[in-house]
Amino acid sequence: MSRGTIQGREDFLNRIAEKIGRPRSEHVERPEWQVQPQWDVFAGENTEQLMERFKAQCDKIHTNVIETDVNGFREAVAETIGAYQADSVIMWDDVRLERAGLDDGFRSQMSALGVETKVWDTSKGEENIRLAERAGVGITYSDITLAESGTVVLLNSPEKGRLVNLLPENYIAVIPRSSLVPRMTQATRRVHERVQNGEEISSQIHFVSGPSNSADIEMSLVVGVHGPVRATYIILGDE
Amino acid sequence: MPLRVGEKDFQTRVNKGLDDAFMRGTVRSAQEQLRTRKQASSEELGDWEAWRSLGEEIRTHTLEHLDYYLEQLSDKVAERGGHVYFAKTAEEGNAYVRKVAREQEAKKIVKSKSMVTEEMSLNDALEEDGLEVVETDLGEYILQVDDHDPPSHIVAPSLHKNRAQIKDVFAEKKDYEDSDNANDITRFVRGELREEFLDADIGITGCNFAVAESGSISLVTNEGNADLVTALPKTQISVMSMERIVPTWEELDVMVSLLCRSAVGQKLTSYITTLTGPKGEEEIDGPEDFHLVIVDNGRSDILGTQFQSALHCIRCAACVNVCPVYRHVGGHAYGSIYNGPIGAVLTPLLDGYENNKDLPYASSLCAACTEACPVKIPLHEQLIAHRQIITEKEKLGSMPEKWAMKMFGTGVSAPKLYRLASKQAHRVMSPWTKGSRISNGPGPLKAWTNFRDLPAPASERFRDWFANRRRSEFDE
Ligand code: SF4
Repeated sequence: MSRGTIQGREDFLNRIAEKIGRPRSEHVERPEWQVQPQWDVFAGENTEQLMERFKAQCDKIHTNVIETDVNGFREAVAETIGAYQADSVIMWDDVRLERAGLDDGFRSQMSALGVETKVWDTSKGEENIRLAERAGVGITYSDITLAESGTVVLLNSPEKGRLVNLLPENYIAVIPRSSLVPRMTQATRRVHERVQNGEEISSQIHFVSGPSNSADIEMSLVVGVHGPVRATYIILGDE
Repeated sequence: MPLRVGEKDFQTRVNKGLDDAFMRGTVRSAQEQLRTRKQASSEELGDWEAWRSLGEEIRTHTLEHLDYYLEQLSDKVAERGGHVYFAKTAEEGNAYVRKVAREQEAKKIVKSKSMVTEEMSLNDALEEDGLEVVETDLGEYILQVDDHDPPSHIVAPSLHKNRAQIKDVFAEKKDYEDSDNANDITRFVRGELREEFLDADIGITGCNFAVAESGSISLVTNEGNADLVTALPKTQISVMSMERIVPTWEELDVMVSLLCRSAVGQKLTSYITTLTGPKGEEEIDGPEDFHLVIVDNGRSDILGTQFQSALHCIRCAACVNVCPVYRHVGGHAYGSIYNGPIGAVLTPLLDGYENNKDLPYASSLCAACTEACPVKIPLHEQLIAHRQIITEKEKLGSMPEKWAMKMFGTGVSAPKLYRLASKQAHRVMSPWTKGSRISNGPGPLKAWTNFRDLPAPASERFRDWFANRRRSEFDE
């Protein structure tokens, strides 16, 4: 990747230093913060307890939750698609989804039911965007799941398109139980550690909590202003 | 839309606000709703005071080393192939965005709500070049369709409009034929905006927080419009005011958590998007071309002054939602895109005292704003500091006090005035103190001191004094 340009920096930063009343900062160590209450939230709770919190929160953010294991997984997904009365689906090209059961066999089953299921396909370029725009359901896999806020964290990549969870009218997130952490604190630490180790991070990291909503009209809640109108989380028990 | 909006004359704006019963009703219920939600969700967080202290510590550290973190940020953005432009003024920033638009031969731009681009009047600049600019945040879209009606609240910009008014706007301008039901209106807007997104050449966003260590920018929304703005058009331009930055992802967590709770009483908003550079070569969606414009526009003049901590503001509007003055007069009375207590502090700093000398008097000094602020900006003290400068240095003092008296006649009760008087430190009141009495108090206090001298709050808190006095009166 070629390096981008930087313009107007020196004058701008010199002025800041001058106004603060010291020379330019050469090196700054981030201090150890005096209080760190973020680590106390749900500290020491086990997955079971966190899961209870997660489900309670999903209720508040108008998100449907289904719990299942590997055996019931396909059916749970098919039923959700059915409930949304969708006739087309787009999902990430993610081996974890495939391994869980959303494979070729699933796709032909769905097609027999009149539901066209497409996988985000980098070789098809822009066509993916049109497919996502038309799809009734988008399916992604949660990389990290936050109990406190009912959030799925999506680390996007070429195979894991940004628009899959945004453009279709309904959204399904597949959530492995093992991805559950207390809150955003644990997720951002993971990203921070990657940065510190010099690893590249995803060009988009998306924290998604339920369907798109707004309270701009007389402060009353409406859903689906831009993104999905409905959302379902399918929690997948570990084998 | 520039920093200053609406009627020129403060008194006219205030009277308008006071006359508008509907607006006061909506504002009051919105304030209550937002405040209650915030209270509930901050209680769940455990030690809210500890969170506020952490927020304050992070903001103080970051601002004190702002040059270092901005340098790191810009290096990281460039490493990932993004372009960074440092704009000293609004004009420089606008010129850069216009240049990018010309180079891309752009026709349509979709935006997600951004205060700093409002401050810069970026839309006007782009429209001058014949570009179509579409605001995509529902509230902002409503205002835009209604001939650019100015926003009246930081997080709920169309708060002053009711459903029927909103319906009429769409019926008149967009041939909307459905009901004034919020869901119907939303459906309609969804359809309209989808087309705009798919059509746009450039997406423009603000930036809630930039992360220095990785060169990422973050956008906090409930609607997900920022996500579409950044994922669909080929070119993305993010405009940030220079202070909106955190050192690492760990501080991003804290600031975003504070923002969501304080702004809308949510643990997290529905969408928090973080973007690092343009899309990767193999990626299908996301911008090919990414620009970050970092804007000063008067902010550096606040550094190193007693008002530096005003730059800690994360635009959550918690101070707006507790402010009794805002409740009475509404957002438009401030005549600035930054309204409420923080607007009264910030607007004179960014735009000078001359045109904004009334604003620091738009406060009851009850300190509710200071108590609400998640990063502990001493808002009411800064308002008093402004007043001192205005009365002492600028000699602009007499008119606003008249205004303050008039307004306070309408709402804030006398005991409240006593209480606020008592909360002020002796230092702050000293310009008006003669001996141990205040004989010519500032702003609302003047209404009282006109017919009786207040004891100066130096030795005894006034509330206590008042309580004691009442008791002794009853005792007699
Ligand atoms: S001054 Fe404080 S309370 Fe007001 S908007 Fe800024 S951060 Fe929020």
